[in-house]
Amino acid sequence: MNWAGLYTVLSGVNRHSTAIGRIWLSVIFIFRIMVLVVAAESVWGDEKSAFTCNTQQPGCNSVCYDHFFPISHIRLWALQLILVTTPALLVAMHVAYQQHQEKKLLMLTGHADAKHMEEVKKHKMRISGSLWWTYVCSVVFRLLFEAVFMYIFYMLYPGYQMMRLVKCEAYPCPNTVDCFISRPTEKTIFTVFMLVTSSICIVLNMAELIYLVVRACARRSHHNSNPSSGKSSFYGHKHSSEYKQNEINQLLTEQDGSLKDMLRRNSGLQEKGDRCSAC
Amino acid sequence: MDWGTLQDVLGGVNKHSTSIGKIWLTVLFIFRIMILVVAAERVWGDEQQDFVCNTLQPGCKNVCYDHFFPISHIRLWALQLIFVSTPALLVAMHVAYRRHEMKRRFRHGEKIDIEELKNERIHIRGPLWWTYASSIFFRIIFEAVFMYIFYYMYDGYQMPRLMKCSDWPCPNIVDCFVSRPTEKTTFTIFMLAVSGICMVLNLAELCYLVIKVCMKEPRKTT
Repeated sequence: MNWAGLYTVLSGVNRHSTAIGRIWLSVIFIFRIMVLVVAAESVWGDEKSAFTCNTQQPGCNSVCYDHFFPISHIRLWALQLILVTTPALLVAMHVAYQQHQEKKLLMLTGHADAKHMEEVKKHKMRISGSLWWTYVCSVVFRLLFEAVFMYIFYMLYPGYQMMRLVKCEAYPCPNTVDCFISRPTEKTIFTVFMLVTSSICIVLNMAELIYLVVRACARRSHHNSNPSSGKSSFYGHKHSSEYKQNEINQLLTEQDGSLKDMLRRNSGLQEKGDRCSAC
Repeated sequence: MDWGTLQDVLGGVNKHSTSIGKIWLTVLFIFRIMILVVAAERVWGDEQQDFVCNTLQPGCKNVCYDHFFPISHIRLWALQLIFVSTPALLVAMHVAYRRHEMKRRFRHGEKIDIEELKNERIHIRGPLWWTYASSIFFRIIFEAVFMYIFYYMYDGYQMPRLMKCSDWPCPNIVDCFVSRPTEKTTFTIFMLAVSGICMVLNLAELCYLVIKVCMKEPRKTT
């Protein structure tokens, strides 16, 4: 399991996200994880071996390094990225649960063939009802984790700037010893870069949260002003019109597999049949 | 997530590019990313270990290295390649959105270009043209910015053999020697030349798109 494995897992979640969620995922993978793997890890690669103290006292080097770097930036970023990306799995689990429920409903209504099962797996879930709450929780947790890690960074390494020189007095170093950090400027540049992308991700998450809330309010007010369009149950409404349309489409493709024929018949049938509610 | 995954992500964009765009993508992957991974990273691999200063003063080497190399060439190239390839994702997102719209209109019974939906290739026109042109424009901007940053940081692209350093805690002036300067200069010039070629390709693609649109306009009016 490595970053590529995480990418595979999260790409699946991408389908059920909002547009802002997809942008957020791209920013995470390209500007944070990729930069971490391709660039930042080599900058911090020699952080301990090139940490030099002006002393010949054995052990002083190790003790001073440990004192100033309780946890390396690279490890903190890796933890941050893992924790920030995992709330999306809550959404994936909820979607899987809903798909399972839909499959059960199909079996009860007698449409339990392979084609309909595939259709359940492939179609995009609407973010409404309980899925909306799960999605909002995942976005809130993402925000929380980002903020917590930025605070931890600030606590451990105040000011984000990497010093060239640190003065160390921990035992067994004699008196005060000058210790020099390797590549401080490069480290500062990458720290600032990761900080900026982290802030961009926070802004995207907040925008997504606001978007979800506004959409839900708009839907509710539309609902209140138009009570006749009220839906019975979440599943009932979805299945009656959507799967009827899908069944019609599937029947058409069975009879004649070409797209042109489907178009010819579809344009005739649309006048009679229901509109697809999954669109 | 590494260069291979980026290649997979961008490979999908290739389908909707112009021919010049496809050439640009090939040049990017073969002459820049591959050279970076296969050759340049080895050349710069021992840059700090083999940066030797003529002093026993502890810390002087670190400080001098940091002074002369605020950010390594390798990292700058990696960032440049990431930034230059990401505008293509704007196009990919727009194409995905357009295809979604076409499928929606098809389901509602409207007439659409079936050939486009069937062949999975979207013609570059309308708002997609603007997105595509913007992505090329951003690519050119990022290339130019990074070339300027290189020039600004490393005065003239040549890697000197010897650098004289007088930062604290180095006593007086200390001679420091860079590892593999000629090889580094060679690769720097190579990456610079390929970067120049990519900029030319991007400019050519932009001109091509503009001319294509202008050619279509008189045909529409006549």
